[in-house]
Amino acid sequence: MPEFVTLKINDVAVTMPAGSMVAAAVLKAGVTSFRRSVTGEPRGPLCGMGICFECRVTIDGEAHVRSCQTLCENGMDVRTS
Amino acid sequence: MSSASAPHDVLVVGAGPAGLAAAWRAAQQKLRVAVVDDNPTAGGQIWRGEQTKPRSSEAQVWFERIRDAEIRFIRGARIFQQREPGILLAETTTGVSELRYNNLILATGARERFLPFPGWTLPNVIGAGGLQALVKTGLGIVGQRVVIAGSGPLLLAVAAYLRKHSANVLLIAEQATTLRLAKFAASLIASGKATQARELRRRLKGIRYLRGCWPVAAHGDTKLTSVTLQRGRKRWQVECDYLACGFHLVPNLELAELLGCKIENGAVSVDEFQQTSVPHVYAAGETTGIGGLELSLIEGEIAGLSVADKHDEAKKLFSVRAKQRGFARILNETFALRDELRDLVASETIVCRCEDVSFGRLKAHDSWRSAKLQTRCGMGPCQGRVCGPAVEFLFGWKVESVRPPVFPVRVESLIGHR
Repeated sequence: MPEFVTLKINDVAVTMPAGSMVAAAVLKAGVTSFRRSVTGEPRGPLCGMGICFECRVTIDGEAHVRSCQTLCENGMDVRTS
Repeated sequence: MSSASAPHDVLVVGAGPAGLAAAWRAAQQKLRVAVVDDNPTAGGQIWRGEQTKPRSSEAQVWFERIRDAEIRFIRGARIFQQREPGILLAETTTGVSELRYNNLILATGARERFLPFPGWTLPNVIGAGGLQALVKTGLGIVGQRVVIAGSGPLLLAVAAYLRKHSANVLLIAEQATTLRLAKFAASLIASGKATQARELRRRLKGIRYLRGCWPVAAHGDTKLTSVTLQRGRKRWQVECDYLACGFHLVPNLELAELLGCKIENGAVSVDEFQQTSVPHVYAAGETTGIGGLELSLIEGEIAGLSVADKHDEAKKLFSVRAKQRGFARILNETFALRDELRDLVASETIVCRCEDVSFGRLKAHDSWRSAKLQTRCGMGPCQGRVCGPAVEFLFGWKVESVRPPVFPVRVESLIGHR
């Protein structure tokens, strides 16, 4: 297993320790709005354990992925809104 | 779809302490045991990421036991439906797995209770356990100013953890009264947790622990910049980068409800052998009521022995469980929510974060069902896991009626399983 992985958050490259979750990488990239609520408010992670669905992002084109339960992988393309 | 040919003797749902203890005991009795969890690694929330580097001797002991036992781990799988008694369906990244069992042990744990207050939906207002989970999974917190607020011993554990990772923990605001906390401290000694308590105290030295204190508003434009706290009649504002806020814990009951298990006082009801009202379905740990690590472990052990029909062995552990349940009672009395917390919400404060339903819109209704139908409160992807406990506290509504799938799943996961 590699020690670090590099992924892209809104086109910005971020390097994380292997085993990190995507939610941590998004915050490390300085992004705090993971998604927009149904009325357009910015939202970020709340529960950190996969139940609240506030940390949803788009990963490699797949929308609504919970970033707090998804491991970072090399070359991942993560999009927030 | 993938499916195992023969059913497992025992299927354990949840790889936290209760689930691991249950699995280990059952495996010791030569039963075929599988543990299923939605996370990529075992340990649950409290031992998250500790399988390879345990932070306590207790975690180390348990991970060693698990390593040396014959247990199949099914990771990253989220159970969403019961096909028929004895068969559960779980979604994985690659598809749907059919999980067959003769006996089931529910060890689905607990989640934080969140209460709405103005600004609580701002980014960087996170659960206390939530922020800890993010740091455990790679979030750097060095020098970040953190206010920890809400209720429960978890706040203290999180404060110690964040400080160890060089966060700037500004203060801990605990809503419970000084009087209740003093009684709780005494019970720690009585239940053999004095050493743990002393160690925690040492690690928290210098951090202000404000009792009878709670957040009334979080401020910021696109993300949190400060929080207003209240203690007695005093209100003041504190600038911070994160507000880590959770009001004690609530059991995760969705799967038990789906299977038809009897729920009592907000927890899965079990008999002395940890069996639920449904034959062959057992429950252990926080899902049977919030009680902490030691109670979870002992309940897990009893459940694991019971499914193997080792009732005499199980009975030997009853006295330890009784002692821990005594502690649990005091724990939950201590951190019961004060009435003032019901007054934090303003009319425009969002209560249901999935559907952006405000307190003002909910006020017009007299039941959870009516609110759901008219406002979509609790109808979004979290299915009321966040707003449910909040409206129970705010309105006294009984929040029930889970329906499959208990988690949102891909359409193709459902199509194959009509």
